[in-house]
Amino acid sequence: MPWLILAIFVLLFLLPMVLTRFYVYLLALIFVTGLLATSLNIVLGFGGIYQFHHAVFYGVGAYGAAIMITKLGYSPWLSFIAGPLLAAFLSLVMGAICIRLSKLYFGMLQISLGSLVWAIVYRWYTFTGGDDGIHGVSLPALIATAKGSYYFTLFITGACLLVMFLIVKSPFGSTLQGIRDNPVRSEAVGINVKLQQLVALVIAGFFAGVAGVLFVVVDNSAFPDMLFWTLSLEILIMCLLGGWFTFLGPMLGAAIIVALRTFASTFTEYWTMIQGIILVLVIIFLPEGVLGYLNSKFRQFGEAFLPGEK
Amino acid sequence: MLQVEGIKKSFGGFMAVNGVHLDVKQGEIVAVIGPNGAGKTTLFNLITGILKPDGGRILFKGEEIAGLPAHRICKKGMSRSFQVVNLFTRLTVFENVQIAILSRQGRTFNLFSPSNKLAVQETSDILANVGLAVKRNHVSGSLSHGDQKVLEIAIALGGNPELLILDEPTAGLSPEETARCINLIRQLSTQLGLTILFCEHDMELVFSIAHRIMVMVRGSTLIQGLPEDVRCNQEVQDAYLGESSACST
Repeated sequence: MPWLILAIFVLLFLLPMVLTRFYVYLLALIFVTGLLATSLNIVLGFGGIYQFHHAVFYGVGAYGAAIMITKLGYSPWLSFIAGPLLAAFLSLVMGAICIRLSKLYFGMLQISLGSLVWAIVYRWYTFTGGDDGIHGVSLPALIATAKGSYYFTLFITGACLLVMFLIVKSPFGSTLQGIRDNPVRSEAVGINVKLQQLVALVIAGFFAGVAGVLFVVVDNSAFPDMLFWTLSLEILIMCLLGGWFTFLGPMLGAAIIVALRTFASTFTEYWTMIQGIILVLVIIFLPEGVLGYLNSKFRQFGEAFLPGEK
Repeated sequence: MLQVEGIKKSFGGFMAVNGVHLDVKQGEIVAVIGPNGAGKTTLFNLITGILKPDGGRILFKGEEIAGLPAHRICKKGMSRSFQVVNLFTRLTVFENVQIAILSRQGRTFNLFSPSNKLAVQETSDILANVGLAVKRNHVSGSLSHGDQKVLEIAIALGGNPELLILDEPTAGLSPEETARCINLIRQLSTQLGLTILFCEHDMELVFSIAHRIMVMVRGSTLIQGLPEDVRCNQEVQDAYLGESSACST
């Protein structure tokens, strides 16, 4: 498995040498969206928390960095670090309010608070640019070119995925999965469930903020749709489609949806209908998602050769 | 070790537990019996902090614990199993027990060391003790009901408790599985020296292993005493055991 990942990484490293600018941009967009979906899945698939409006932290990370660069004149590198920290802080505040409720009630409150943040960004013309957003964010020369921003996105996404993978496999991650399966039992074995979930929300918010910053790097802009609830729904679909109990499922889901949107929308403006039909089929036939399905098939196949491998 | 004094809990006007008294001493096996709806499970939920009592006192090792959150009470050395199987269903048998150990060791906020290398020996020991070692890599949701009930106890042991509370450990088990479970409870008491509080429907089981028995009826304590005293108590016979109990009066 590590070899396969490494091979994909090397392939992605070499691809810009043969692809046109458009495809390089598309790939970078897939990394950004995939990173966002993976960060959501930390709390959704591994934490069992119904975070319905995760895109807020993506948008806040992007706006945070973009505003610091364009309006406040800070250095881009500093702004790139500040964006995710701002997203994590917002996640802490919103999480502390919402975590008192559970399951769907958490989701409803979270979507309301998130929409409030969207409304502020959308209306506050003087500071956020309102519905125009912020354009033409000037970046350091190193990452200002299409290839430069591609490689930056590739490496940061890779590093973030690695860190999140380690977190999922750590005692923190095990505990989080225990809470997902059974919060009452978790409480009974001595786990402070709410606190554990709040830390997970902050971590997820931080990495969503990183994805937001990467979007600014790829697109040189930030706009209000980044924190509109429809995007939250879309990344939720990516998690379900790819397999929300697998680590790389959301990344695969993001690749499928982003590619589908790009290609199907050139044929029909009703491409969301195609997306809807695919989702219905996946839920009926592959309830564990595409990667979840492949995993279980692969495991059956693998167990014949590798007994004892879990 | 555990004293419950006059504890009360009502659900929307219904007094589920109304003035229960219970006393558990170090090293004892104490059973709580009573008809369906007597409030046994509610009592256990109050003791372990899953529910908050409306009144009364609960002392654990001399310390007032009534109303504390469940995770704090657990850390004080009290673990429990559940009547309705209550596992981490997507995780393996090994991981189910390991979580309880990691939690006790205060490692739940450890973000970067790989879990699969932690608490391995202790988890394996517990699984070997309860006889689930061969099934360690099975997903817990796929186990048989009997194995799941044993895993319930194994998770509780992961907390390395001084007091182990078992809510109907043999509910729904076949006679063979019940025998296996009784042996396990005996073994935990004699070999590990655990203090055990459990509730049960199976009279034979209760009278065969309990040192003392507390009888609950309609949310209140009827009597707590030695098995023989309980068996011969007229009120208990009227309320619960029926007239056919073997008492030489």
